[in-house]
Amino acid sequence: MSTTPPSRHRVLGLTDAEYELILEELGREPGDTELAMLSLMWSEHCAYKHSKKLLRRLPTEGPHVLMGPGENAGVVDVGHGLGIAFKVESHNHPSAVEPFQGAATGVGGILRDVFAVGARPIAILDSLRFGEPSSERSRYLLDRAVAGIGHYGNSIGVPTVGGEIYFEASYEQNCLVNAMCLGLAPHERLIRSAAAGPGNVLVLLGALTGRDGIGGASVLASAELGEGDAAKRPSVQIGDPFAEKKLLECCLELLDAELLVSLQDLGAAGLTSSASEMASKGEVGLDVDVAKVPLREAGMAPFEIMVSESQERMLCVVAPARVDEVLAVCRHWETLATPIGVVTDSGRMRVLDGDTVAADLPVGILVDDCPLYDLAPAAPQAPLYPAPAAVLAAEATPAEALVALLHSPNLASRRPVFEQYDPVVQSRTVRRPEQSDAAVLALPDGSAIAISIDGNGRRVACDPRRGAAEAVYECAANLACAGAEPLGLTNCLNFGNPEKPHVAWQLTESVEGIAEACEALGVPVVGGNVSLYNEAPAGPIFPTPVIGMVGRLPDATRAGQLGFAASGDAIGLVGTLAAGSAAGSELAKLRGETVAGPLPEIDVVTIRAAHDTVRRMVSTGLVHSAHDVAEGGLAVALAECCLAGRLGARVWLPAEIEPFAEVPGRAFVVSGPEEDLVGPGVTIIGRVGGERLDIEDLLDLALSELHEARERGLLGFL
Amino acid sequence: MKFGIVRFPGSCDEVDAQLAAARAGEAVILWHGDRDLQDVDVVVVPGGFSYGDYLRVGAIARFAPVMEAVAEFAQAGGLVLGICNGFQVLCEAGLLPGALLPNTSLRFIFRQVELDVVEGDTPFTRECVRGHRLSIPVKHTTGRFYAPEPELRRLEAAGQVLLRYAPGHNPNGSLRDIAGVCNAEGNVFGLMPHPEHAVDPLTGSTDGMAIFASLRAHVADRVAA
Repeated sequence: MSTTPPSRHRVLGLTDAEYELILEELGREPGDTELAMLSLMWSEHCAYKHSKKLLRRLPTEGPHVLMGPGENAGVVDVGHGLGIAFKVESHNHPSAVEPFQGAATGVGGILRDVFAVGARPIAILDSLRFGEPSSERSRYLLDRAVAGIGHYGNSIGVPTVGGEIYFEASYEQNCLVNAMCLGLAPHERLIRSAAAGPGNVLVLLGALTGRDGIGGASVLASAELGEGDAAKRPSVQIGDPFAEKKLLECCLELLDAELLVSLQDLGAAGLTSSASEMASKGEVGLDVDVAKVPLREAGMAPFEIMVSESQERMLCVVAPARVDEVLAVCRHWETLATPIGVVTDSGRMRVLDGDTVAADLPVGILVDDCPLYDLAPAAPQAPLYPAPAAVLAAEATPAEALVALLHSPNLASRRPVFEQYDPVVQSRTVRRPEQSDAAVLALPDGSAIAISIDGNGRRVACDPRRGAAEAVYECAANLACAGAEPLGLTNCLNFGNPEKPHVAWQLTESVEGIAEACEALGVPVVGGNVSLYNEAPAGPIFPTPVIGMVGRLPDATRAGQLGFAASGDAIGLVGTLAAGSAAGSELAKLRGETVAGPLPEIDVVTIRAAHDTVRRMVSTGLVHSAHDVAEGGLAVALAECCLAGRLGARVWLPAEIEPFAEVPGRAFVVSGPEEDLVGPGVTIIGRVGGERLDIEDLLDLALSELHEARERGLLGFL
Repeated sequence: MKFGIVRFPGSCDEVDAQLAAARAGEAVILWHGDRDLQDVDVVVVPGGFSYGDYLRVGAIARFAPVMEAVAEFAQAGGLVLGICNGFQVLCEAGLLPGALLPNTSLRFIFRQVELDVVEGDTPFTRECVRGHRLSIPVKHTTGRFYAPEPELRRLEAAGQVLLRYAPGHNPNGSLRDIAGVCNAEGNVFGLMPHPEHAVDPLTGSTDGMAIFASLRAHVADRVAA
């Protein structure tokens, strides 16, 4: 047992109070390896110290839920014996330090979470946020992050089918890279991570263990970014999609052959967190012998082996009689497989190095006994964020405003980005990027699933409770446009330093808003992720909850599309824009207005009715197109419908509608035969045809001009 | 008739190719480690990232045991279709002329492109409708077709250029807009676009089906003869 200098725990990120708790529970000083393990397991990233209590507010139950929060990914039932596993995770801090590998390994990590529950990954979506593209650094981060996502997703053969990208000065020092993955599994192949059966063998699969990310993700994710970040570069993990492809096929074959008792992926804090969590869930103990772990670098200390974040590794529990079969399958897939430990009934996590005991801790102290903190929220007294610079003159005409909005980085075409992703591999993609508001993938029985990922930092900054609720409603609205009914959602909460009262307030209010919206729509949260300390000396990022939602449509051939389809079709407005205001809108940003709320009131009954109407109209084929009104308001939505369908429109707006006001998740533009656009909450506002967008008494622009503005928006930045 | 689709470590679109081929005949997977081609009529070398594109795209795959069998099969006149990474593997194996270089943009590109059928009387294109462009997606980082100028002239003159990107549709800088070429004997064909991703109206165009249908028709004629 070594004598630990008093300040050592601080260097590793533990507070004095936390260290005292450890001493009390252990009854002695922790050894080196033990301290390293504890410092990671008790980090914000692994233990969710500041968010766990708050997350209990989220509703997690629903009729379609097969696996809720707590496993590697949540799973919902999609009928015919199939389940869809999905989750979103952040890789913000690593991406700010090394964007290509940070984003790539973010994708690699979320893929592993999905096949760790037994599902074959079938889709990736990503939500990215950077500073304004006028900043060279932000252009660099965008370029490299997109390249990294493409590299990993394309190489491993999982289509990237959707996503979102936003640019706000608020993210200049703290970019956001949230990666979502969906997988498909027959119910029988789903597996949990709890280790079980004393005497069973712990087998490590996949890549060699090296010094990647030692103290990386966990340490990075638990601290604000500041000076000297270049020195953190060695902490970023390096990804190998080829290794993961072999690992993925290997794991699915092992599961199909029913050779595994449990399966867990290795992510942040490596072997330490995976093994501890498996032991904790199974209420068993584990003995791990680091001398057996195949290493990429010589001379690694036990603590290094236990905290290494080398990518593309999984841990599984196997009955002794089946170990040889497991090794044979792994050899077939050229995947390294090494028995490194054994399940015990000791309730203790023991790390052995051959004959030496390097660590011997109760499992509870690693996983369950980390203190959870209450937040001390307090609404900020002054605006937290500086007003953006105005780029649109106050006297600009509506036509000029529309062109400026379509050209702006937040609304312009993302083609330069999504052309770097493969959206079709695996032959399931019914709706590719920009074809509909949600990605749509066909299932074997002729039904389909729809997926959308949405967040809005600026609106949440104006009014966290309503802004966060809006993100949920917008996601559901996107699904309705595809004709899909929501089944479940996953969320990534990207916030600043929760120890500061105003951030605690943002976090508490946002979680409440998400919970209220989930309850209103009847959509459970099946899993998610929290990324805190996204803060620089200048201040916190916009509070940015990102919602990923999955839904189902009974008939894949009836998937909705967003572009106008036929000249002569009537254009209808479903839902209401009456409450729309400029607060938090894209137009307000272009005008340089302060980021301040409140946001429009939310009328749950009207929202549900609008979603139901649109979903029904799309899935029964009554309408030819459906598109939700989001950023930029109705004028932008109409322009997007025209451009996607390459058809103009003549529109007359009801007097009370502000053409650029935003009410996410509440209103829709649909088109189709006039006799089919009937019902409560449906108003005819125009007709499809021609080569111009003509909004009566407002603007009259050629589609070619709108097309140019929208297509060119991001071109100069990539 | 029977298609055999090769699966290397890292292949991605082999399942897609199998699904597409299954619309034209029986379609089985050929494991990279096996030399047994299971009596197939057509070998498909599919798209993806065999061996992680290590060293050079297709450079390692061409040494796989299955490729020894494929080379013998091709020498004996067997039909071989190479798609994207498969095209790269066949060039590395010397079964097709030319080479695939990085796209001029140096980036991965996915795009639905239009192709002109240059030679319509081949086992791979005979079912393509004359004058009808094929709408088929490309998805690659290393798809720029290259051969020295004299070789290019020779290929054109010999009718070995089967598909060309339509004007304005060349996504990668391929010389002479070449999208697909065959060997001198006409039994091995490689193309960068992915016909297996253009066979189902639910997911896009169905123009790619013509290539699988052409092979089925050719094999049927051969059997009948």
